[in-house]
Amino acid sequence: MPRILTGNRLETGDVLWWHGRCWSTQIKDAVEIGAEGEALLASLIAAERINDPTFIEVTGEPGAFVPTTTRERVRASGPSVRADLARGSLSVEAI
Amino acid sequence: MYRYDQYDQAIVDARVAEFKDQVGRRLRNEITEDQFKPLRLMNGLYLQLHAYMLRVAIPYGTLSGTQMRMLAHIARTYDRDYGHFTTRQNIQYNWIKLEQFSDLLDDLSKVEMHAFQTSGNCIRNISSDQFAGAAADEIADPRPYAELLRQWSTLHPEFSFLPRKFKIAVIASDSDRAAIQLHDIGLQLYRNADGVTGFRVYVGGGMGRTPIIGKVVREFIPVGQFLSYSEAILRVYNRHGRRDNIYKARIKILVTELGIEEFTRQVEAEWATLEPLGLDAPQAEYDRIIAQFADPAYEIGAPDTIDLSDPDFKLWVDQNVHAHKQPGYAIATISLKPKSGIPGDASSAQMDVIADLAEKYAHDEIRVTHSQNLVLAHVRKVDLYAMWQALAAADLATPNLDLVTDIIACPGMDYCTLANARSIPIAQKIAAKFENSISEQRDIGELKIKVSGCINGCGHHHAGHIGILGVDKKGEEAYQLLLGGSGAEDASLAKILGPGFDENGIIDAVDKLIAFYRSARSAPTERFLDTYRRLGAAPFKEAVYA
Amino acid sequence: MRDNQDQIAVSGAPSPALDDTPARLRFRDDAPFESPIAPLADFLAGGNFAAVRIEPGEDARELVPHFDRLKLVEIAFPKFRDGRGYSSAAVLRQAGFTGEIRAAGDVLVDQIGFMRRVGFDSFAPNKPLDPKVVKATLDRYPYVYMKAADGKVPVWALRHG
Repeated sequence: MPRILTGNRLETGDVLWWHGRCWSTQIKDAVEIGAEGEALLASLIAAERINDPTFIEVTGEPGAFVPTTTRERVRASGPSVRADLARGSLSVEAI
Repeated sequence: MYRYDQYDQAIVDARVAEFKDQVGRRLRNEITEDQFKPLRLMNGLYLQLHAYMLRVAIPYGTLSGTQMRMLAHIARTYDRDYGHFTTRQNIQYNWIKLEQFSDLLDDLSKVEMHAFQTSGNCIRNISSDQFAGAAADEIADPRPYAELLRQWSTLHPEFSFLPRKFKIAVIASDSDRAAIQLHDIGLQLYRNADGVTGFRVYVGGGMGRTPIIGKVVREFIPVGQFLSYSEAILRVYNRHGRRDNIYKARIKILVTELGIEEFTRQVEAEWATLEPLGLDAPQAEYDRIIAQFADPAYEIGAPDTIDLSDPDFKLWVDQNVHAHKQPGYAIATISLKPKSGIPGDASSAQMDVIADLAEKYAHDEIRVTHSQNLVLAHVRKVDLYAMWQALAAADLATPNLDLVTDIIACPGMDYCTLANARSIPIAQKIAAKFENSISEQRDIGELKIKVSGCINGCGHHHAGHIGILGVDKKGEEAYQLLLGGSGAEDASLAKILGPGFDENGIIDAVDKLIAFYRSARSAPTERFLDTYRRLGAAPFKEAVYA
Repeated sequence: MRDNQDQIAVSGAPSPALDDTPARLRFRDDAPFESPIAPLADFLAGGNFAAVRIEPGEDARELVPHFDRLKLVEIAFPKFRDGRGYSSAAVLRQAGFTGEIRAAGDVLVDQIGFMRRVGFDSFAPNKPLDPKVVKATLDRYPYVYMKAADGKVPVWALRHG
């Protein structure tokens, strides 16, 4: 199962997904993380700029990854009870 | 209500400066997130699923119109135009940025507000009766004592790294509207046989993973000594509370493991060393604070009748208005459980309306209830109709207090990182079955449904007549069903009825419970809880699972 | 993923190794005490010690009969979140101990204001503290709400002086 990397920006709390060389606030930009991930994660933890960096499992194809857990789908979509605040790249219905 | 003097303001200002400094050091990487986390939590700042969440303290749930207007300003300026009133009489914002947090704290401090100790392993915001100062059944206003506790516990040097969080509630009547028996310390003010006022002290109550009803650690402590006595309880807890297992770290576990007799012995021994140290505030300080909670200037001879000719208004009065101790006045509850709403949420525009109405009609005072509603405690009966019209125009006049659609729900997995399942959609779907018929709701009568998204129990599911607990079942959201809880003076803990359900299943189960209750009650006046207590769980279980 | 929030277990980590390096921050006028620090059990067993170390689970009250031969009590903070040491210091001061009370271990600058109030007057942190931040921290609060071992006058006394 593919895995992607997520975390929250220290300054803003924004939910982020790893986009290859930088972070995106949209899960549609997330890239699959391979064996290089462990070193990347270790460097992020050491740098102390991203809170709670972690790998999550997803299904689907790049550009349309869907997290396997409800919690991560809510993070990707926005609160299911406030469709007006949705992030845009994963629909609330997908939760 | 209490107003800051120069000392209170100087302490708040220093706290804001301190946290700005701490934020600055974190942003410059001079401290790690592990070191910063307890500091931000002590200022009510969590990292949740979507952003930082801020919990602002509303001491004992009382605030002024000016303060409410500031809460609206915070929602507009730093958040997404709404806030969420919580079961501990506070307010939470869901979309806060750390880099704007210093400005936000500055704004709050301008109206004598802050976020101290709304999280972290310290003494949290003191809670109290939302009808304090207005209820006919109280022996005195309990809030001066809550304020004394607020000051005593603010930045307490010995108790800022407790084994776990610590919650204190204070009431002054036999009706318990603050769930004191479900707090770490519950204080009930009363007058003893000699006419002396003091507190009955409950300790070790709580919900969460191990729900326990509090036990009496002292039948009577004179008001003049309750701070040093509280210090003794905290001392015993800080020294001996468990720190090896987070799930066993609350004081209720210590009390249970020691037994109430041994725990009491230790507290009394500790108090014997503390009481002579002069830790208690002097009478002059009690008098100063009590004076600030003096009754507002009631209009003597205000008409004591209400024109109920408008049937919709009559419904609201019947359901949401309570008797006031002062003739000609009433206590009005503003439901934050409108149709299709999110329990406890209010928009900035609604907060502004409430602030205006409080100033115009309610002696500039607003209360937050642990049921996530708001109260205007001192309203002239002749003003109720105009006030109700203004509330209705802002979708704030739902006449459903204590009815089936007045559901408590924690933020759940829509917002909270600890949650295992969503709470708000469950509340909305249950409410949707009944919200189009107030008469049906009134026929069902008092029914307290409480929904938590995880075992920590912020939605008070263990105190629900019907409690719903969200759990994780192999990655899927699932819900347990509990019956028979009460957070009132007849406190009891809800018990699990049977196997859990998925989302549709739990909605259906609640439907069946209510249908069974209506067929089985001895009289239309018998509440759901009373029917359950009379018949026991078995017939309810059969109604749901058969 | 979870932000552990305030839900963090605090015990289980071993104490830092016993050491007798001088305190790096000291708020006393007398000469620093420079001799071995005994574990509580050794001290109570009657060894010829004038300094003792208290671990978080140990009872500071056991020292009360021995104040006359004690110059230094070092209170261990294996983890900054474990707040038992605050009560240990408070118990000693309230029982009348006037010797040095040192906080040693995972002692962070944001704690030392509280620590000063409960009676600590020296600090041996694992990581050095920035003196500028220390000063700013200790000068931060012009008033306090409650009495503690530092003798500061609570605001209720200022209000009704």
